[in-house]
Amino acid sequence: MAEAGKVHSPPLGRQKERPDQRLSVIGTRMLRKEDPRFLVGRGRFVDDIALPNMAHAAVLRSPHAHARIKSIDTAAAQALPGVLAVITGEEAAKQTGPLPCFANPPVEQRCIALGKVRHVGEPVVLVVADTRYLAEDAIELINVEYEPLPAVSDMIDAINSIGDAVLHPERSKDNIAEHRTYMFGPVEYEFGRAAHVIKRHLRWARSGGQPLETCGAVASFDEGSGNFTIYVNSSMYNYIGFTIAAVLKVASHQVNLVPVDAGGSFGSKLFLHKIAVLSAVGARVAGRPVKYIEDRIDNITACDGHGSDRSYDVELALDANHRMTALRYRVVDDYGAYFQFGLGTHGNGFSQTVGPYKIRAVGAEIYAVFTNKCQQGACRGFGSEVTNFMIERVVDAAVEELRLDPIKFRRDNFIKPEEFPYQIPTGNLYDSGNYPAALDLALKMLDYDGWREKQQMARTQGRYVGIGVASCQEKGVFSATEFWMLNRAPGFALTSSPESASVKIDATGKAVISLHAPCWGNSPETVAAMVLAEQLTMDPADIRVTYSDTDHGLPGTGPGGSRYTVMVTGAVAGAARILKEKLKRVASHMLEAGSHDLEFRNGKVGVKGASGVEVSIAEVATQAHFFRLSLPDDPDLSSGLDASYTYDHPLATLPKSDSDFGIFYPIMGHMCHMPVVEVDAKTGQVSFLDYVAVHDCGTMINPMTVDGHVRGGTAQGIGTALLEQFQYDPNGQLLQTSLQDYLMPRIGNLPPQVRIGHVVTPSPYTEYGVKGAGEGGRMVAPPAVVSAIEDALGPLGVRIDTLPVTPARLRALIREAEARKNAVR
Amino acid sequence: MYELDVNVTVNGRIFKRRIQPRLLLSDFIRHEIGLTGTHVGCESGVCGACTLLLDGLATRSCCTLAVQADGRIVETVESLGRLNNLSPLQRAFWEKHGLQCGYCTPGMLMLITELLRENPNPDRETIRLRLNDNICRCTGYEDIVSSVERAVELMGVERVVG
Repeated sequence: MAEAGKVHSPPLGRQKERPDQRLSVIGTRMLRKEDPRFLVGRGRFVDDIALPNMAHAAVLRSPHAHARIKSIDTAAAQALPGVLAVITGEEAAKQTGPLPCFANPPVEQRCIALGKVRHVGEPVVLVVADTRYLAEDAIELINVEYEPLPAVSDMIDAINSIGDAVLHPERSKDNIAEHRTYMFGPVEYEFGRAAHVIKRHLRWARSGGQPLETCGAVASFDEGSGNFTIYVNSSMYNYIGFTIAAVLKVASHQVNLVPVDAGGSFGSKLFLHKIAVLSAVGARVAGRPVKYIEDRIDNITACDGHGSDRSYDVELALDANHRMTALRYRVVDDYGAYFQFGLGTHGNGFSQTVGPYKIRAVGAEIYAVFTNKCQQGACRGFGSEVTNFMIERVVDAAVEELRLDPIKFRRDNFIKPEEFPYQIPTGNLYDSGNYPAALDLALKMLDYDGWREKQQMARTQGRYVGIGVASCQEKGVFSATEFWMLNRAPGFALTSSPESASVKIDATGKAVISLHAPCWGNSPETVAAMVLAEQLTMDPADIRVTYSDTDHGLPGTGPGGSRYTVMVTGAVAGAARILKEKLKRVASHMLEAGSHDLEFRNGKVGVKGASGVEVSIAEVATQAHFFRLSLPDDPDLSSGLDASYTYDHPLATLPKSDSDFGIFYPIMGHMCHMPVVEVDAKTGQVSFLDYVAVHDCGTMINPMTVDGHVRGGTAQGIGTALLEQFQYDPNGQLLQTSLQDYLMPRIGNLPPQVRIGHVVTPSPYTEYGVKGAGEGGRMVAPPAVVSAIEDALGPLGVRIDTLPVTPARLRALIREAEARKNAVR
Repeated sequence: MYELDVNVTVNGRIFKRRIQPRLLLSDFIRHEIGLTGTHVGCESGVCGACTLLLDGLATRSCCTLAVQADGRIVETVESLGRLNNLSPLQRAFWEKHGLQCGYCTPGMLMLITELLRENPNPDRETIRLRLNDNICRCTGYEDIVSSVERAVELMGVERVVG
């Protein structure tokens, strides 16, 4: 069992670059390296790849939620001129194994449904033709006979499913994918002696990343070598890309996965297995390169990347002084038809399951259920955004029921700045933080007291103005243990989650950095160039950044879990350290000075204290590349100037037991959001009057791009709170299959301005003290916005437990509240 | 299948092609002509990633047939500035962090190109109203608004100086 509290002998970190040093590039608002190519329309997205003789694939999607495939008649499609291959599940199963699955026991998912379809949109037949238009024509000619099976659409029904309603009878006799109970600390004891227990039932709706670019791949198969080349807008290809080769039943070195620019991901392109395999199978069968790009319906119905879909019953225990002591919850999570990451999204939540508060004990009962829906994947927060919502909702419930001040109650319960590093009951460590500082800054920026006065005035005019607050964590830098620590038996219990960088300085002094994971719309090129420029005092314009394919790739786990900036920074700094040593050794011969007397300044290597006694990096590089005989005959001084470095997780330990998961997500960011909203009680429309977002992501490499992430993430969080939802009807039909129905925020749905503030609490464990910042906005906006709406409707006594808070839902709540009031009268 | 001859002027060059009537303008531009700057997002006219100018009007190319562009003038993102000579609008998006993944960006640039031709000095509300046409999933739009305001500034300077 992990005792919650300050850790008095914290683990020694590996931080080499101290946060308190003077920095000249890091911390500036340098314009992004990535932008110019996108601005001139020359990004390289997957649909921009065109290979000679390339054919195109389309997929026949299942119209049924759950059905046996009785027969497939492909004759007419095969006969259509221009059609090259028509591939059914049976045909694909001859060439491919099941898709990768992190759950243990795994759940079998095929790239094309084999025997049974388990959700609307699941691929049933893959057609390859000369053009996409022809492939879609051919799909119309395919006749599939289905025998419908009972569809499971409701998560509670799923718990009780039997017989033909069971999705994976070979794995379990029911639709319970997993049912686990965890106790961290003295949960029963704390509830037994609690002065108050606050209860809420909460419902977090299924939404998704829905980047504007769908998933896609272009594969070719070389008959001469037996090798596949697959361009795909996936991440994690240099981490678990070998599993694609395993699915294709070839050796891992026979598949080269090539990264492309991704038009957004938000988690949904974390690891694209199905798309890559479909295009590769098509290429092998058709004997031509094959492009398969999901259309929007494919993406919405079958991207394997829907977000969490949870129902909570949560209880918070408080003592007589209103100190939070324990939290327990029962959650049902609707994972859809497959289970690729197992309970990973709940393990993720365990990294910060007490929020910023000194809660001593946590109990969790988790039901993961199968339903006939698209399976869950990653979605900006990876489940922890829902944990944040749960915590802040029950905190607000305590505020309401006990008539507390929402600010004071939070502040009184915060982990104090002097208590870090702080171990939470699950065993995870919070490396550092200053939560009162974030709260204070938000209060000041918002003019909280001023808004309270304005709110009072508005109420006298019959207007519903509300001020929200949410104080939430942004866990950063996952350890691989989170992939399996919730499995009953660990399965493949990997513990590495590295990131690499390779740096080459050519003979003229220009540098190329190779990263080993893709660009997702974040700013890895900017970050990498800034860190190298800082290290070598180079001009960032002299640095270019590329992305390695798997043939040339070093270990790289990629963006996700607010880790990439931390990890790329560590990797580039590590490679730069090696390069600096070599630069100094070569320069020491050129300058006839001791290596330890040298320093880097303005793109030069010079003798400390002797201005003008220096050589430029370009001159050293020329020497290193071309004048070997001018240097001593030292075997360590081989020609060239390059270095690679693989940066491992800065601080992680192994899980000890099911009640102590060890340190697995310690680089802890924090946010405090305060929206001000006005609710039109007649229409249920919510509009924003103000919005303050204070974030603490430690040292910022580039405050401009951090702010971009904060704004974008906040917008997505507002979408989650107010608009976005995938709803399946009782027959398992998805009601939102286009962006006409799946509503994502437009500018008019958002605050006129999100005013951003920063508190900087550097991590003591990462290089320069950087923390993650990619997910924070979406991880805090939903509870903040809901808190504001509830506050606005306080006079009516409206409680909000269910997302999204659409105008229709809000109107229903207002109607109920008014009816209650009238009944009392 | 039945095919038609079309004659489309794209970014000042005339392209003659024999195409199926069902070919979408977005596919014509991207795959027939090879200008891949125009992106396809939702294929239903909702997101605006595929926006280009057709006879000067911002148009969803995913919901327009290529044959409808016959004899007309198309402008795409590639008609704006070049890498080492960005247009003021592109420059402004760079300076004000008006893009992240870059996928909606060409559509945004063409949407705003139309706006700034109509009205070289739009106020913030006018800009916001126009931006409501297109979806950006990364930025939360605020930096795009600032980008447009910056473009107005840069273009004003260009007019005075230039």
